[in-house]
Amino acid sequence: MKNNQIDLQITVPNQTRYLSLVGKISEELTSQVQNYDGDLDALANHINVVLTEALVNAIRHANSDNPDEEVQIRIIVMEHEILLQVFDHGKGFDLDTVLHNPVDTINELEDHGRGLYIIRSLMDSVNYRKIDGGNVLEMRKKF
Amino acid sequence: MNLKVEETGKVVLIVVKEERLDAHNSEELKKELARLFDEGKTRVVVDLKDVRFIDSSGLGSLVSGFKNASARQAELKLSSLQSQVKSMFELTRLHRVFDIYTTIDEAIEAF
Repeated sequence: MKNNQIDLQITVPNQTRYLSLVGKISEELTSQVQNYDGDLDALANHINVVLTEALVNAIRHANSDNPDEEVQIRIIVMEHEILLQVFDHGKGFDLDTVLHNPVDTINELEDHGRGLYIIRSLMDSVNYRKIDGGNVLEMRKKF
Repeated sequence: MNLKVEETGKVVLIVVKEERLDAHNSEELKKELARLFDEGKTRVVVDLKDVRFIDSSGLGSLVSGFKNASARQAELKLSSLQSQVKSMFELTRLHRVFDIYTTIDEAIEAF
């Protein structure tokens, strides 16, 4: 492993009760970043929000709210980048249409649909792809 | 979810006694707001002083309440947003939709 790199893998049941736990872990890991010029508390909060949104997408949409499924999360904190990966084993969801919408099209009075917008706004790159046995949502923040 | 609901005069105050308002617990706030507006309440304040984390579902529960209020000529106001919560309102531009006040008293006086 490279110097000062943290690579953490977590598996939780496909249930929203674990959002808080995973979110807190991601905040703690982000607070270990040493090369960030901006507000580290704000960055840690953003990582928590992004991972929460990604987990909810995996739990509710990709894994169809099946409580017997599980979700894998990998958080890698590198010298100049944080990489978040959320793995699901479900049918997946179509990220492309959401990701290619211009920011201005967000509908302020919709109850739903802000999750992927928030992920895209707070991260530098986002992609969702099929892998063996499921899908992975990858989100990168560089600094 | 821990919600403290108080009625003072014509105003109903909901204090969200949670650190997180997220996809796990926000449905309860959404239902509570719907129940109050269904009962005919016209002035509701949601205080978020204890909330340091909000996600899109948490925001969605408040938007649902806002629409419920608007449809019934009622009003929903928010108070005591922590900085991280406020930044999520700004990111999603919801700060332009809601009436947001620094304290509960200011929110109540604004009706």
